Amino acid sequence: MSGVRVQTGLDQRGVEFDLNLDDGEVLAVLGPNGAGKSTLLLLIAGLLRPDRGRIEVGGTVVTDTRTGTSVPPHARGVAMLSQQAMLFPHLSVIANVAYAPRCQGQSRSAARTIAQRWLEAVDASHLADRRPGQLSGGQSQRVAIARALAAEPRLLLLDEPMSALDVTAAPALRRLLRKILRTERRTAIIVTHDLIDALAVADKVAVVENGRVVEHGPVRGVLSAPRSGFAARIAGINLIPGAISGPGVIRTPWGADISGIGALDPGVAAIALFRPGAVAVHLDPPHASPRNVIAVTIAELDMHGIGVRVRGADQPDGGTGLAADITAASAADLDLEPGKTVYFVVKAQEVELHPALSAAT
Amino acid sequence: MRKTWRTGGIVEVGLPSWIYVPALAGALFILAPLLAILLKIDWAQFISLITSESSLAAMALSLKTATASTVVCVLVGAPMALVLARGNFPGLRALRALVLLPLVLPPVVGGIALLYTFGRQGLLGHQLDVLGIQIAFSTTAVVLAQSFVSLPFLVISLEGALRSAGSGYDHIAATLGARPTTVLRTVTLPLVLPGLISGAVLAFARSLGEFGATLTFAGSLQGVTRTLPLEIYLQRETDADAAVALSLLLIVVAALIVIASASRRLTGPL
Repeated sequence: MSGVRVQTGLDQRGVEFDLNLDDGEVLAVLGPNGAGKSTLLLLIAGLLRPDRGRIEVGGTVVTDTRTGTSVPPHARGVAMLSQQAMLFPHLSVIANVAYAPRCQGQSRSAARTIAQRWLEAVDASHLADRRPGQLSGGQSQRVAIARALAAEPRLLLLDEPMSALDVTAAPALRRLLRKILRTERRTAIIVTHDLIDALAVADKVAVVENGRVVEHGPVRGVLSAPRSGFAARIAGINLIPGAISGPGVIRTPWGADISGIGALDPGVAAIALFRPGAVAVHLDPPHASPRNVIAVTIAELDMHGIGVRVRGADQPDGGTGLAADITAASAADLDLEPGKTVYFVVKAQEVELHPALSAAT
Repeated sequence: MRKTWRTGGIVEVGLPSWIYVPALAGALFILAPLLAILLKIDWAQFISLITSESSLAAMALSLKTATASTVVCVLVGAPMALVLARGNFPGLRALRALVLLPLVLPPVVGGIALLYTFGRQGLLGHQLDVLGIQIAFSTTAVVLAQSFVSLPFLVISLEGALRSAGSGYDHIAATLGARPTTVLRTVTLPLVLPGLISGAVLAFARSLGEFGATLTFAGSLQGVTRTLPLEIYLQRETDADAAVALSLLLIVVAALIVIASASRRLTGPL
């Protein structure tokens, strides 16, 4: 197993990454805007020089600041796909796809044959003789995928490839990416802020916040038990940070106690996780003892599936506001509106306590 | 009463009506002298005036030297523009300002500076003399003088094109396996070709009109260094009609260049 190993930092962008990826795996890098996701890709592609660290792709060290190794971008075997398709506007579609084979020294006709094969693989053969200016966003991105794959890269980097597409074009492209990445076992890193992308194509997820990987693991693990605020928000799970103050009790920095399930040592930094569906909303605090009662000021009300999602204001530490899913009928009965203070009630059995991430605290 | 209704379009809110008065005055200021020349021309003699021996010699020399200096500008100006647009080293901004100095320098001063560089008594003159090369007051000097004043035009035009093209396509090409020289040849230059062409056209036009630096550095020898602008200036003393006829020739060439570069700008991708 060679895969991809990244351990590198660049102070100018405030990033410090530590990531591993095995051959044939697809890693989705999730995170808020400006977290440093694109910087990670530029460092791996060799388009940004790090201050320190080591990057290995497919068993070859491409960057090592200690030995002064820096393989130039064209020799890394790392192809990149960005938000915009960036097809060379002065070349036809087929010449765009034939570009990498030509750079590798293939003859004109051999490169054309390779290009035709890849255009077929992305269902774009009929576009071969068009100019990039004549393509729609979805078509351009298909051609860009063919162009990147025609380079036979050891690692494929995808920087939010779906974000510039309209909603009708994105699902088809996502299916195509899934086919290409999963069935052919390609090693790839896809930067996205869309959970659907991660679910559709990735084996592993890394959550990047403030230039650090705060969470890293199999998709299912990260999304069912998120440790970072960002992962919790995209997974639609409520997360309350704190420290263990007693058996099955976590105390938040602002002094609230939350009871839950999970054997953790006292004093350990921990988080409480619970689903919005497990929350009941009351106008007055109930007096049932085994329940957690949290006063929440409503920030917004949204349709969520067939019910209503009640989203509270940000938590006192700035964390994402808690959410509760209730039926439309009870929302109407309670006469909820933004600004109103209500009580979120959740049974202790519904709350999971987990150790917090060291990086997130 | 009905007012006439103009065709639909954007309503300009930042364009008060009085602005048309000074704008029109400016346009007249440029167009009136051109009209004056047209009215002054002795059309009956026109052909014979511009085909006199000295006129033809000046014309041929001008075309030859302006073409040569345009080639020089492209050969050294394109690399300069690339370094200025893409390079990254301390002092780049200062270097950029210095390199573009000929743009604002009076051409006579440029000519004197060239004389003290390549002239017999100049900075490099002695070494060149030893090698048997004498540049001052030769056709080479004309080309050097023209290149000196025209180079910044090409550099600025191409650098602007390079900056607006950005380096996104270069990055993609590199990750597809293209070496730096391949990136330059297959992606960067084709994308800024319109900028390069309009820069070369500007440099050619500037070279064709060069007067001050040429006169100072190269002198005015018929067939060797007396280009069209020098010929016009000389003829003005003895044969004003010939000077006017030759001036019209330069105006026509300039107009053709402006029209050609404007249509390029409209059709080109950048």
